[in-house]
Order: sequence, then structure tokens, then C-alpha cells
Amino acid sequence: MDRFAWTSGLLELGETLVVQQRGVRLYDGEEKVKFDSGVLLLSTHRLIWRDQKNHECCIAIPLSQVVFIEEQAAGIGKSAKIVVHLHPAASNKEPGPFQSSKYSYVKLSFKEHGQIEFYRRLSEEMTQRRWETMPTGQTIQVNKDPQAGRIRAVGIVGIERKLEEKRKETDKNISEAFEDLSKLMEKAKEMVELSKSIANKIKEKQGDITEDETIRFKSYLLSMGIANPVTRETYGSGTQYHMQLAKQLAGILQTPLEERGGIMSLTEVYCLVNRARGLELLSPEDLVNACKMLESLKLPLRLRIFDSGVMVIELQSHNEEEMVASALETVSEKGSLTADEFAKLVGMSVLLAKERLLLAEKMGHLCRDDSVEGLRFYPNLFLTQS
Amino acid sequence: MHRRGVGAGAIAKKKLAEAKYKERGTVLAEDQLAQMSKQLDMFKTNLEEFASKHKQEIRKNPKFRVQFQDMCATIGVDPLASGKGFWSEMLGVGDFYYELGVQIIEVCLALKHRNGGLIMLEELHQQVLKGRGKFAQDVSQDDLLRAIKKLKVLGNGFGIIPVGGTYLIQSVPAELNMDHTVVLQLAEKKGYVTVSEIRTSLKWETERAKQVLEHLLKEGMAWLDTQAAGEPQYWLPALFTELYSQEITPEEAKEAIP
Repeated sequence: MDRFAWTSGLLELGETLVVQQRGVRLYDGEEKVKFDSGVLLLSTHRLIWRDQKNHECCIAIPLSQVVFIEEQAAGIGKSAKIVVHLHPAASNKEPGPFQSSKYSYVKLSFKEHGQIEFYRRLSEEMTQRRWETMPTGQTIQVNKDPQAGRIRAVGIVGIERKLEEKRKETDKNISEAFEDLSKLMEKAKEMVELSKSIANKIKEKQGDITEDETIRFKSYLLSMGIANPVTRETYGSGTQYHMQLAKQLAGILQTPLEERGGIMSLTEVYCLVNRARGLELLSPEDLVNACKMLESLKLPLRLRIFDSGVMVIELQSHNEEEMVASALETVSEKGSLTADEFAKLVGMSVLLAKERLLLAEKMGHLCRDDSVEGLRFYPNLFLTQS
Repeated sequence: MHRRGVGAGAIAKKKLAEAKYKERGTVLAEDQLAQMSKQLDMFKTNLEEFASKHKQEIRKNPKFRVQFQDMCATIGVDPLASGKGFWSEMLGVGDFYYELGVQIIEVCLALKHRNGGLIMLEELHQQVLKGRGKFAQDVSQDDLLRAIKKLKVLGNGFGIIPVGGTYLIQSVPAELNMDHTVVLQLAEKKGYVTVSEIRTSLKWETERAKQVLEHLLKEGMAWLDTQAAGEPQYWLPALFTELYSQEITPEEAKEAIP
């Protein structure tokens, strides 16, 4: 340990930081020394150790002093270490914490791991010996406080320190957040267990639970985000909330539907409604659950699900089957049309255009020509001209 | 002589006993509901406290979001099921994902004419980030996948297809079965695939390979290059990496949204 010298910890011009590791303790040979908790920095020229608690306590050793290095594996209760064998101290060495030592090696103990990477990098630097080729100039600006006579660490070490503190702060925040999250989840789990127990009771006593109670229970499940294990046929997973939502939607969608020929895909509705809301958006499930209630609430819109699985909202006054008749006319006029062409002509989305043509086909009015060039629909001449 | 347990009177008594038992059962459920209501209020308070301390963390930290979602899934809770749920209301997770859903729909719609409704997760990610602008919260690929899983329920054909370590996102209700998926995975390496490659790698008959490729052509997900040296190549625009950097012009975007 007598090869170490006090240092400001500032990197010199031409000296670059290679890697650093927290939680390193130093040993003079086999003996622990008071430098028990620090950040170990490897630069192209030196090995620097800075106390984590007292940042002004900083020592360093030039890499040129290193003879060779070895790894010492971790044991039970013992951290992994790197053993650094050193040349004798130079006579013009700067003052350091130890005047003499009976050992010619030191040990770096990695209490917070990082030994493997550090060893790798140190080996690389020992091989490359960049300190021999990279000239070092003056130290980066140091602000001396004339009154206190201390060196305020501006420059790289100061920045490093700030980053370190910020990182620690963030780490602390995150681990606190995780802890709080775990506790919260424990409580949420209790809610889930309770809801399961109630759901079982309901199942056992089918028909004995009042409508009121079921509604209450469903709203509790909704609040917690627990899937409803007991679905009622009439409203599915819907709750009071969804009923209100359905009524709202009927109001909001009337005009947009009229503007779009009386029919919109559920995806379009989702985007329209949420864009309009801006905040407190609807989940896709909220929208579906509300729409499922439209018909039973006798609202002027309804949900329709095509064979393909595509879901749309239609005005009650809209009659897709009637639209098919006009679609047939359009196709006949043009001889044949693809969904894309039809969509452009009529001013509909391609998705809904395709559904209309498919429905027309299902009703026997159109025939398809399915080739690599696309799906094309023709009037069903088999029907009309047979 | 009194006979036990037989006769109309006994039956009536039995029915009464059963009714009383059932009544008690209902009362038990009522008790539990009341208990749940109380616990719910307490939980709401706990959640409020958590939100006041860590709401920012969820907003800003994608990794924390993943942890949060995983923990919810483990205990059987879906924080994204409803905008009216506590999680959504108090932590704001709902709005984050539902809005993301809208953005995903819009990007997919705008690019559909080019890729037939198939897009790589990476490209979708880039385009969504672009649309959100510089000052919006960071969005991770995990966030996108969760938002897409929620969108499926709208019956729009949204699907997630694993390919080469990442995912292809389908946004049209086109039927893509196992055969199609496997060919997509094969094509992922080079962006295109040929009938011979399918025959060699998958050991399929030519007819089967051709059917799959024709289906992809029909759906606009594949383009045919008949001028390639050797045999025709079936390219998937979704896999073109050059497209990643292209802007969607406002005109293109407007055109796409009905």
C-alpha cells in the first residue's frame, strides 16, 4: 500500500476513464486497511480509489507500477478479489497514506461484485500499456478555494460524483417503488381471494342472489380489474357503468354514423371516442361491453358482428341488407369491382366495403373471382340468367 | 302413532328448513359483499397513497411498467380491463395504453396500402414514437404488445406473430393459419422467400407452398418479383428495413383514415 499516492482524482488531459466499480475495499497484502468502501476507477494511466463517504479521500497508483495481476475467486463470506503485484515504489513518488509496507502487493476486494469485468479491463490496459503512448498534459482546471484551502472537485470527478448520487437516488426510488408495489399487490391479492369466495357462493346458490347484489359485485370486480367469473346472459360482463356508457355512446355516435352511411367499425368508434375524450379514455373492453347493451337498452344504435369477426356499430335505421341491393347495382354498372375499388367509389372504408360485398355474396347477389390479382366481385349471373 | 319424516307436514317442514338455510346463505353472501365493499375502500386508499408516491415512476419507466403488469397478471388482476378500474383511474395506466392503442391503429391504417396489414414490431415502434413527438413519454415494445393484446377484442383482426426473435403485427382480419405463419417466419431472414426454399426448409409439397404464397399475395402482404434470377421471389414489404426510415406524409395518413 505504500505505492499509493494522494490525488485529487481528476483525470489528466490525455487520460481516459476505462471502467469503474463501487463497493471496493483495499488490502495491504493480506491485511485490511481503513480504505474499506470506495469507488475503484481504472483509467488508461492509473488505478484510482475514492472513498464513497468522504469524496476528498482519494488515492491512486500508476499502472506502470503493476507487475502482474491475478484473480482470487470469492468464497463463503468472502468477496472476489484481484491481487495486484507491484514494483517497488519510485523514490520520487508523491506522498501517500502509507510510508512503508511489508507487502509488495495489494488486493482489491469487490464487495458489490464487478470483479470479472474490472479484471478483464485491467488486463487489457496492462497489455495495451496505453500510458506509454498517450502523453498526459496538465490536469483539468482545479478551483482552489483560497480561504478554505481545499480543492473543490470541478471537472470529471465532480460530474461523476453527481451522476453517482443521481444514480443512487434513482436506485433508491426504484427499490422503494418496488417495495411499495409488492405490498400493494399483497393487498390486491386478498381482494382477488375474497372475490373468488363470493363468486363460489353465487354459483352454489344460483338464482338466490338478488339482481342488486349481482350488480354491486360486478362493479367491485370492475374496479379491481378482476375478470367476472359469473356472467349473466343478459348483459355479459356489463355493469351499471357500461349501461351509462351505452347511453352516452348513442348520443355521441348519432351524427358520425349518419355522416358515414349509417355504419362504422368498432375500431373506428374506439379511435373517434377516445380522441374526442382526451382524458379518462375507454378501454377496448369498456367499449365492447357497452355496445353489447345497446340493443337491450333499446337505443337507436346496435352492435353487429359479421361472420369474419369484424364488429360494427349500425344505426337502427340502417339496413345492411338494403345496402346490398344498391351495392349490386354499383357492381353491375362497373361490370366487376374489388373491395378497394368499391370503397373508393362509395366513400367507405375498405374494411366495411369488403363486408358489404361478402354479405351480398352470401345473399347470392354476387359471385367472387379469387385470384392472385385480388378478390373481385361480379353480379351473380348464375342466379339472374339461369 | 307418530311416524317421523313422512307426510305432507314433514315435507313442508323440510322445505322450510331448506329455505331458511338458503336465506342464511344469502345473508352470508351479503356479509361478504359488505366486507368486500369495506376492503375495496381501504384498497382504494392504499392505491391512492401508492399513486401519490410512484405515479411518475410508472409514467416514465418502461421497466417498472413491465414489473407492474407482471405482478398484476400473477395475482389475477387486469389493470387495463376498464378505464373505470381503480388502476386506470388512479395510476393513469389506462389512459397511457388506450391512447397508445389509438396511435397503433392509426399507424397500421396509414401503412396498410404498402404492407397489406403486416408490420414488424420495430417499425411500428419507430412510427409510433415519431407520431408521439419529442416530449411524449417513452414507449417500449412491451408497451406496444400489451396495447395490441387489448385491441384484439374490437374484432379488428389484430394479431401478434412471433418471427425470428421479434414479432410481426397483423392489423387486418385476414386469416393467417399455422402454414402462413411458418412461411412468414422463413421469409423474415431475407425479406423474401421462394417456393424452393419452402420445399427445402419445410419439406412441403410445391402445391402447399404455392397456396400459402398466393394467399399472402392476395391479401397484399406479399409482392411477387418475377424478374428475379432463378425463380420468382415473394417479398414481404413488412420486412423491408428501408421502409423504416420513411415518413408517412400527412396526405398518406389522411387518406388512410376513413
